[in-house]
Amino acid sequence: MAEILVLAELNPTGDGVRKTTLEALTAARALGEVSAVVIGAPGVAAGVRDRLAEYGAATVYVAESPEVDEYLVAPKAEVLAQLVGEKSPAAVVIPSSPEGREIAARVALKTGSGFLTDVTEITPDGTATQLAFAGQVIVHSKVNVGTPIYTLRGNSVAPEPAPAAGTEQQVAVSISDAAKQARVVDRVVEQKSSRPELTEAAIVVSGGRGVASAENFSVIEGLADSLGAAVGASRAAVDSGFYPHSFQVGQTGKTVSPQLYVAVGISGAIQHRAGMQTSKNIVAINKDPEAPIFELADFGVVGDLNVVVPQATEQITARKA
Amino acid sequence: MNIVVLVKQVPDSGTQRSLDPSDNTVARAGADNVVNEIDEYAIEEALTVKEAQGGEVTVLTVGPASATDAIRKALSMGADKAVHVVDDAIHGSCAIQTSAILAAALQQMEYDLILTGATSTDGQVAVMPALLAERLGLPQLSGAQKLTVEGSTVKVNRQTDGGYWALEAPLPAIVSTWDTINEPRYPSFKGIMAAKKKPVETKSLADLGIDPSTVGLGSATSSVVDFAGRPPKGEGIKVTDEGDGAQKLVDYLASQKIV
Ligand SMILES: Cc1cc2nc3c(=O)[nH]c(=O)nc-3n(C[C@H](O)[C@H](O)[C@H](O)COP(=O)(O)OP(=O)(O)OC[C@H]3O[C@@H](n4cnc5c(N)ncnc54)[C@H](O)[C@@H]3O)c2cc1C
Ligand SMILES: Nc1ncnc2c1ncn2[C@@H]1O[C@H](COP(=O)(O)O)[C@@H](O)[C@H]1O
Repeated sequence: MAEILVLAELNPTGDGVRKTTLEALTAARALGEVSAVVIGAPGVAAGVRDRLAEYGAATVYVAESPEVDEYLVAPKAEVLAQLVGEKSPAAVVIPSSPEGREIAARVALKTGSGFLTDVTEITPDGTATQLAFAGQVIVHSKVNVGTPIYTLRGNSVAPEPAPAAGTEQQVAVSISDAAKQARVVDRVVEQKSSRPELTEAAIVVSGGRGVASAENFSVIEGLADSLGAAVGASRAAVDSGFYPHSFQVGQTGKTVSPQLYVAVGISGAIQHRAGMQTSKNIVAINKDPEAPIFELADFGVVGDLNVVVPQATEQITARKA
Repeated sequence: MNIVVLVKQVPDSGTQRSLDPSDNTVARAGADNVVNEIDEYAIEEALTVKEAQGGEVTVLTVGPASATDAIRKALSMGADKAVHVVDDAIHGSCAIQTSAILAAALQQMEYDLILTGATSTDGQVAVMPALLAERLGLPQLSGAQKLTVEGSTVKVNRQTDGGYWALEAPLPAIVSTWDTINEPRYPSFKGIMAAKKKPVETKSLADLGIDPSTVGLGSATSSVVDFAGRPPKGEGIKVTDEGDGAQKLVDYLASQKIV
């Protein structure tokens, strides 16, 4: 059976792999036998091997070296390209983070391959589905040369366990000087939230310009907490200083695809939709009955968010008690 | 300090866009074509560095003849001159092919710093800086929310989930910018008038020494097989709050087994 390489994306906190990795393993299984690739600082593989095996990795290639984390992207691309050269896999699947895309592009160039970013599905013949233009157009694409390299968009595939051997195989790492130029001198975490991670949350409650102030975002946070949800924001809310940029949903923010997306005081511009329109269930609360967000909503309330949201929060909290 | 800013013309991201059914490439005819919005932040950053350090800002575009509009916009913001690579054989090129053209053009230019947007709003691939860094052997400092140049060192804060990574590299280097990095200026009337006289050099594939058969739709490394508009969502439920909006909302969530 053809071998498919899946690059594991590790949690920035160092404890385990991200959900996107389990999604990539699941999607890759449609193409052949899956091998996971762990590239990171010495010792990282030990903590993730079992999880990779549980989700279908027959082999776990371990490439550990302090240098891969010391420089941006280029070393990881070099290691992965070397492995592609040695193993001649039928395809490579990488979670679609900014780093994941950049690695995909560089590996494609190094190996004379084509790549497709942000795919939502890969069929056994290698055809991939992509959502173009803020999700307005569904596209089927294929790679014409080399080893097809895909980056898989988060939340497109539900992770399913499929226990496999997870046999560890060490990979010798030697990084060229060319790849050691952009040094990572510090990693700074500014917001630590007790809420679920925005891109991984099952429920997201987002506020827009209609929330009207930073203080009033407590209304959004209240509803989010009653639902165990992550908080998001529109660009207008971010630009107005109501909420930090790292919570922005949309074209220049995060892409989310939760079970439930609640848009509060958000008009529904195309660039906002780009980040949320594949959500399973969309609820909108807006005082303007003509707001375009209602075209997308499974359930819409025309009303003042300052009235509706606190009432809904109270009722949900009461139901859960 | 020689700074090159990469600027792409794209259909306005706030409008309905599609692919051209004749060859499955981005439909530009009839679209409202504008400067890729995030590239304006790269232009602004280039002008800021130039104002602090002196030097020259050159705009580089690979695109159809109509892309001169995007070039003029960048020049009217304050860039000094431009290079426009235009050749019919480029139509339908994939990111890898476009990166070969941009890299060849860059090799004929002088640069200490190359600035690009973090992502184009049509293809949304967000890989061009990585591809160019790979081709030109330059340090890649992508996704900047902050940029400083100190002597021959460039420092960038790369935006990440909930924070940033501080990056550092020697010049020459390639940096891509997010829309958090600055507030792009509007072209002044004077700037618009001045832009009309600024030099725009046009180059063909032959000028770059690129064999036309290696680029374009026919030899793209990936291609679109087919496409379709996203089916419109079925009509949702819409209620007007008359004191019971929250109740109806919670009932709906309960019906969906969410609460
Ligand atoms: C290149 C580019 C990239 C972009 N990227 C993004 C992106 O990533 N994410 C993003 O969100 N946007 C993005 N935008 C911006 C986008 O075009 C919109 O400007 C933005 O989404 C609007 O945010 P909003 O809906 O919060 O504000 P508005 O459009 O101002 O809408 C506010 C809404 O709140 C409602 N409202 C006001 N008061 C109340 C109240 N008391 N109760 C209930 N409702 C109320 C109003 O009726 C209105 O519908 C981008 C734009 C460009 C050009
Ligand atoms: N054809 C092009 N001409 C000039 N610059 C480009 C072109 N394509 C991409 N770029 C630059 O690369 C950045 C990232 O684009 P992309 O990788 O296509 O998302 C853009 O913001 C531009 O600065």
